[in-house]
Amino acid sequence: MLNKNMAHILVGIDGNTILSGSRKIKTDLITELNKQGLSEQISVIETGSIGPINQGVVIGIYPTGEMYGNLVEEDIPGFIQERFIKGRPYKKLLLNESLPSDLELEKYDSRKHQYIGRIVLDNCGRINPESIEEYIGVGGYEVLGKVLKENTPDEIIQTIKDSGLRGRGGAGFPTGLKWSFTAQEKGSPKYVICNADEGEPGTFKDRLIMEGDPHKILEGMAICGYAIGANFGYIYIRGEYKLCIQRLKKAIEDAEELGLLGKNIFNSGFDFQIEIKIGAGSYVCGEETALLSSMEGFRGEPKLKPPYPAESGFLSKPTNVNNVETLANIAPIILKGSDWFKKHGTKDSPGTKVYTILGHINRPGLIEVPMGVTLREIVYDYAGGMSTGQFKMAQIGGTAGDVLSEKMMDIHLDYKSLQELDHNLGSGALLIMNDSVSVTSFMKWCMKFYVHESCGRCSACRIGTRQLYESFKRLEQNEGYYDELTNIKELAKNLHLVSFCPLGQSISSPVLSALKYFEEELSEGVDIKKIHQSSEKKSNNKTYNYS
Amino acid sequence: MVNFTLNNMAVSVPEGTTILKAARQNGINIPTLCYLEDVQEPGSCRVCVVEVEGAKTLQPSCVTKVTEGMKVRTNSKKVRDARKMVLELILSDHPWECNTCDRNGDCELQKLAEEHGIREVRFTSVKERLPLDESTPGIIRDPNKCILCRRCVTVCQEVQGVGTLAPRARGFDTVIAPGQGDMLSDAVCVQCGQCAAVCPVGAISEKDDIDKVWEAIDDPDKFVVVQTAPAIRAALGECFGLEPGTLIKGKMTAALRMLGFDKVFDTNFAADLTILEEGTELLTRLKKALVEKDKNIALPMFTSCSPGWINYMEYFYPELIPNISTCKSPQQMFGVVAKTYFAEKVGKKKEDIVVVSIMPCTAKKYECNRDEMNDSGVKDVDYVLTTRELGKFIKQAGIDFVNLPDEEMDAPLGISTGAADIFANTGGVMEAALRTAYEIVTGREIPFNKLHITPIQGLDGVKEASLKIDGTKKEWSFLEGATVNVAVAHGLGNAKKIIEKILSGEKQYHFIEIMACPGGCIGGGGQPRMTTDEIRKARIQAIYKEDEGREYRKSHENPALKVLYEEFLGKPLGERSHHLLHTKYFNKKDEDA
Repeated sequence: MLNKNMAHILVGIDGNTILSGSRKIKTDLITELNKQGLSEQISVIETGSIGPINQGVVIGIYPTGEMYGNLVEEDIPGFIQERFIKGRPYKKLLLNESLPSDLELEKYDSRKHQYIGRIVLDNCGRINPESIEEYIGVGGYEVLGKVLKENTPDEIIQTIKDSGLRGRGGAGFPTGLKWSFTAQEKGSPKYVICNADEGEPGTFKDRLIMEGDPHKILEGMAICGYAIGANFGYIYIRGEYKLCIQRLKKAIEDAEELGLLGKNIFNSGFDFQIEIKIGAGSYVCGEETALLSSMEGFRGEPKLKPPYPAESGFLSKPTNVNNVETLANIAPIILKGSDWFKKHGTKDSPGTKVYTILGHINRPGLIEVPMGVTLREIVYDYAGGMSTGQFKMAQIGGTAGDVLSEKMMDIHLDYKSLQELDHNLGSGALLIMNDSVSVTSFMKWCMKFYVHESCGRCSACRIGTRQLYESFKRLEQNEGYYDELTNIKELAKNLHLVSFCPLGQSISSPVLSALKYFEEELSEGVDIKKIHQSSEKKSNNKTYNYS
Repeated sequence: MVNFTLNNMAVSVPEGTTILKAARQNGINIPTLCYLEDVQEPGSCRVCVVEVEGAKTLQPSCVTKVTEGMKVRTNSKKVRDARKMVLELILSDHPWECNTCDRNGDCELQKLAEEHGIREVRFTSVKERLPLDESTPGIIRDPNKCILCRRCVTVCQEVQGVGTLAPRARGFDTVIAPGQGDMLSDAVCVQCGQCAAVCPVGAISEKDDIDKVWEAIDDPDKFVVVQTAPAIRAALGECFGLEPGTLIKGKMTAALRMLGFDKVFDTNFAADLTILEEGTELLTRLKKALVEKDKNIALPMFTSCSPGWINYMEYFYPELIPNISTCKSPQQMFGVVAKTYFAEKVGKKKEDIVVVSIMPCTAKKYECNRDEMNDSGVKDVDYVLTTRELGKFIKQAGIDFVNLPDEEMDAPLGISTGAADIFANTGGVMEAALRTAYEIVTGREIPFNKLHITPIQGLDGVKEASLKIDGTKKEWSFLEGATVNVAVAHGLGNAKKIIEKILSGEKQYHFIEIMACPGGCIGGGGQPRMTTDEIRKARIQAIYKEDEGREYRKSHENPALKVLYEEFLGKPLGERSHHLLHTKYFNKKDEDA
């Protein structure tokens, strides 16, 4: 995009906008520009997600930065006429936000005493994800070349350790430490696996990252491979992510063609190959050991730990599994250093976090914010406030996440602050709900998801999830047993203690937090006269009439 | 050694010991449901969880290894509450039909509910009723009672290498199902019954044929004879609380007589008969292959007494059909002899004779229903009861088994040798065959202490021996100086290993014994539950003891057998033998493909 054109139209083509016809709009724009004789001055560029997700086809104008949404075929002649011939904004479709400018990418915000800006998404919506040249044009693969020549694997691991980067998939395990475990294993071959089985309802940040900047993931994986001594990488991706798969495949082919992946990268003697494995849509396969079972061709069920994947993972070889977003942080950290990275976010949780924010808000979509911003800031600053009704609750981190009430809006979203309150940051979904939503119905919906996704291996999760669903269903119909809430609490607490894997263990998060903040509302579904069947028999002694 | 604290008790155990084993060794029981020693430790029932200081969640003790300084509590409030919750969850997903269940009084879940004082289940059952699977002759499955412990899956897939049973669907809807179908008959099942032998509840059992046997006994027009397999005498006592490995042949004989059987006979008689036929078959094959250079003779020869193995071979390795001994199993040899020779002898019509078998095996129920097993003109064996069914049968009749006197079996089909006893365990058929074959060839006893071919004894999965033959008799001189290589495998997973080695040319043998079940028939799918390696060893030891106490220990010495050949059969592999005692096999692989 660094040519003498007057302006560029960035068309955000991702899984969402494709459904609204973004590919057609892109060709229509080109046709119209040709017709108007503007094709020399104005180019149309395909890019990944620009951000908003409820605005149909979204485009951005570079360098002015204004954004338009809900573009349809009929608007195109008018839009070109108004914007590029008359030279004024096309007000009808103008959005109330603009593209992040280059300057904004690294800006010091004195109010928050930290750097804001984008690390993971800096290329998303700016470059054509299907062009390796554009990725290289913004500095891509430079770091890989540099580390292969200048750094030892230990130095890389140390930098990642120093950066304080923690796994962005949900559990928040320190990434550098995880790498060091696999690095010190003797077994061979070793594997790097990119966990792209993003299954948490409402979370689709990994999809947009991969759709918008696939090469960044590949580069991160290659650096990881070099650091831990692996020559093979797999991307385990859910089958529904068709566009991601297509773009990743092209990215791998292009990188191999240029010698940036494959044998003897940059003449360093280091080989690194990446393959894509497509998952069949099971939530639990996002859990790393279940992911490995699935990759090996077995039923997608978690395995016993220990041994951990670092010691015995894919095909029983040392394996490092990282989330997409985690891997997207690698190249920037290595390029700019751990100190730079630590300028973002908080002391204990450095960096940024990518969220998909949805619900009753004005601007649902993809955002990248520093670790530690409050829920209130996200809702009102980044998401444009409530679209309808009053804020009632938010579920952070997907269905396995905590449900927070209004009084928790000033909670800081980072690992440490949430941990102190027994909450979790989770995967990056933020579901904002207004006062029209019943917490009981919402919990029933959450439990339905668990029932659907429990793998069925351990008795606790297999039966417990179903029983919790039944409980909330009763409450919804005002038919809860007199001790329903006590039972729900006991069951959720024990499922956390005894379930085989994090899926069953995590059910306590939504259930216990909902009970904590919305007990009164939930208790409205209790019928205090309703006792259990088995107790009924005991207390139902007939009184005999002896007369 | 690793030192740790178990409920405030300082305990030291060898490195690598699990918390469960360490606790049990130190007098603390931790309940389990899915755990099966030596077979599976999946950590999935969550009943065995314990509190480990420092761990965020409770840990499954069956898979968690003790580490130095670990502090474990097996019955803290946290553990008790969680365990009770898990049991209540499992019970809420289980039909409360204890009184009418096959496993009433012998159910691991029932026992845990009792031990943990479950008086109320806080959860309402939402389970949907699934159809019973009565589609095969040997096994009955009730998916409603299944608690998804997956012992059957592990046994079927990993121990037996058959892979019929697998979990299907997920979450609450998960069921253990045969392949992609609902019924066992939709899938390849060899009927070995090892799944039934490990089921902790009443979800998989043998098909109950007790009533049919009662009916036959009650019918005054029927002459009902019973045969008992060699493995029963070392296991039936367990149904009455006796130690594993208690020999109860005499009491069993008395009980069968009290039950009303007209004759109490022994499958051992037919086992001796099998040795004469099969030993002769082996020697004939060797002669044809070595002397006549007949290229159509298939070697190695495999034994054929285990119907689970025959099924497995027909489904998975039909190319081995020419290698399998054509001898019927002892059960079927007995049936056909009873309905021909014996019927003639007692002046009964074969239609009026009912042959009941007591077998350690579920596949025998299948075998007696094979189309080829009607050589007497009617069904050669009418009913098969497992060891477990016989135990129930005796209880139903109100017989005080433990205090019964010892009685002797009836002549002539109750007369047998020690060689027949050892058919009960892995290596036994081979040993019995070699005891006879060696003597036929050399005129001398086999050169092993007490006639025991020790290299092929014991519980190793695959065992081998080589026997050098010297000083042959004149007619067997072609074997002079030859080394006969034999192998023994038990459990179909081990059978597969040895077959693959033979097919790849890595190994060459002359004679191979295969038994479908781990340990052989003493570990059969119809034996008292649960069969662990400890129990297998105890039963095997008892069987060898029985063998050593015998007057005759070689099949060819069986006096009743000599009479049978003189009066009826002629000679081994003779025309009548060929017609009555030998069979053929079918390629079921292509049929199912």
